[in-house]
Amino acid sequence: MLDVKNISIVFNEGTVDEKTALNNINLSLEKGDFVTVIGSNGAGKSTLMNVIAGQLYPDVGDVLINGKQVIHLPEYRRSQFVGRVFQDPMAGTAPSMTIEENLAMAYSRNKKRKLTFGVTKSRRKMFKEYLQTLNLGLEDRLTAKVGMLSGGERQALSLLMTTFTDPDILLLDEHTAALDPSRAELITGLTKKVVTDAGLATLMVTHNMQQALDLGNRLIMMDKGQIIFEASGIDKQRLTVEDLLHEFQRIRGEQFEDDRVVLG
Amino acid sequence: MFISMFGAVESGIIYAIMALGVYLTFRVLDFPDLTVDGSFVTGAAVAALAIINGVPPIIATILAGIAGFLAGTLTGLLHTKGKVNALLAGILMMTALYSINLRILGQPTLSLHTEATIFDQLGNVWGAPIDNMLNSMLGIFGLERLPSTWGILIVMLLVTVIIKLITDYFLKTEVGLAIRAIGDNKRMIRSLSANTDNLTILGVALSNGLVALSGGLIAQLGGFADVGMGIGMIVIGLASVIIGEALFGTKTIARATLAVIGGAVIYRMIVTLALRFDFFETGDMKLITAIIVIIALISPKILKTQREKKRRIEKRRALEQEIKEVG
Repeated sequence: MLDVKNISIVFNEGTVDEKTALNNINLSLEKGDFVTVIGSNGAGKSTLMNVIAGQLYPDVGDVLINGKQVIHLPEYRRSQFVGRVFQDPMAGTAPSMTIEENLAMAYSRNKKRKLTFGVTKSRRKMFKEYLQTLNLGLEDRLTAKVGMLSGGERQALSLLMTTFTDPDILLLDEHTAALDPSRAELITGLTKKVVTDAGLATLMVTHNMQQALDLGNRLIMMDKGQIIFEASGIDKQRLTVEDLLHEFQRIRGEQFEDDRVVLG
Repeated sequence: MFISMFGAVESGIIYAIMALGVYLTFRVLDFPDLTVDGSFVTGAAVAALAIINGVPPIIATILAGIAGFLAGTLTGLLHTKGKVNALLAGILMMTALYSINLRILGQPTLSLHTEATIFDQLGNVWGAPIDNMLNSMLGIFGLERLPSTWGILIVMLLVTVIIKLITDYFLKTEVGLAIRAIGDNKRMIRSLSANTDNLTILGVALSNGLVALSGGLIAQLGGFADVGMGIGMIVIGLASVIIGEALFGTKTIARATLAVIGGAVIYRMIVTLALRFDFFETGDMKLITAIIVIIALISPKILKTQREKKRRIEKRRALEQEIKEVG
């Protein structure tokens, strides 16, 4: 479903700040795959997300979605296939617009936007049904401004908005990191449900190793722009946080230098 | 007094169309577009030139709107495709339009006094009986100097309200929602596969279309188009938007656009009142406008801080009182 081929990208090439952000990355996701991505800061996780989403253009390499080359499509065109939830709960919704207007915008994602009402009676009914699945009572607050919602509620809404038009690829960029533990758990639960229900190909960046182990059927570890470790299926299920840290040390010959990973 | 206020309301309603345009960029798109100073004159110039060349006034007015739409498109292109800062893009277009407007006019001022404007034609269709009826009603209140025709006021009110309703509708369509989201959270709407560049261009173009339409009508109302008539127009538009929002609120889109129209009319009335003082001259108008905008921008914040301060002092005093009583 998603094929990332030989992606390399170097920032500030030829200067003292030169940094190889991604070094020959190859990755392939099937429908229903849920891949968690871990790695220390600067490992290239976010860069990889940005390349897949179309926000960054790589120096070399190709991105294919459903076998179709999408590397030349700008971000707004690619977002027809790629849904994305950001770390910042404020990033995925428009605060001064109502819940139903936000949902209407998300609903138009894979269609051509027309000069007809964004929120109609039948759509409102559908939005209500979708919101009910969140169990947050948002279905009774359709005309409330999104800016009035809490961070957790906004993130839940973002997740719903990203997935309810069935994108092929779902990118989750540390989307629970900015929430308190109970809200993070709620969003994690919702994520699990949405991903299994829709059977998307999902890529989730996280700093929380335990979360990376609990969720998904595959795991990749990145460092210095490379994928240094991969586990899937039964191997992944058997992994523990200690194994991962140990694995990192074995491959890189150095300590994993991010406290957040262990504590988070 | 009544007759000058009547004139203020009359022109205020036409300026309201311009203010709606400014609302679209400043508030909806969050794009401080200074093209307005130029595109207002472009509208006036195109309408005047067309009428002098025998084009029916209604067509001339529409042409004015189209000219503004094109000017706005250029500003939008400059900002989105050329990646020029929004303020600078507007200033560049405004400066460029000054020369273009002079070219259109052919001379600094073009008079329309000998031409039949849209309002003259309106007067022919408009029935004098209605004027007589309304004036005799006002006569009951002892008003002596009465307006010569109500036609302009009522028809323009109708036109402005129709434009308002179309704007309200547009901002609720799928396209309109996406345009509003650009001003609210650009990154989000791009990730919902909206072409933000094209939508921004469309928004700025529509805005300037309205501004130029208003310019074309004002030229016909005043009987002339002048290359300097747009100076400070953006501040007037902003004043209308801010005054309206402060007085009428912005709870919904329909409310906000109504507020903008109300703000434009009230702004004209304030200026008319101010000019009645002998102290002020016509040339002081821009200064008065700037001061109105400054007051409207700053006073809500000062009031809020004052209220907070008062609340805190009272709370503290109550606490002290309590301590005293206990002690």
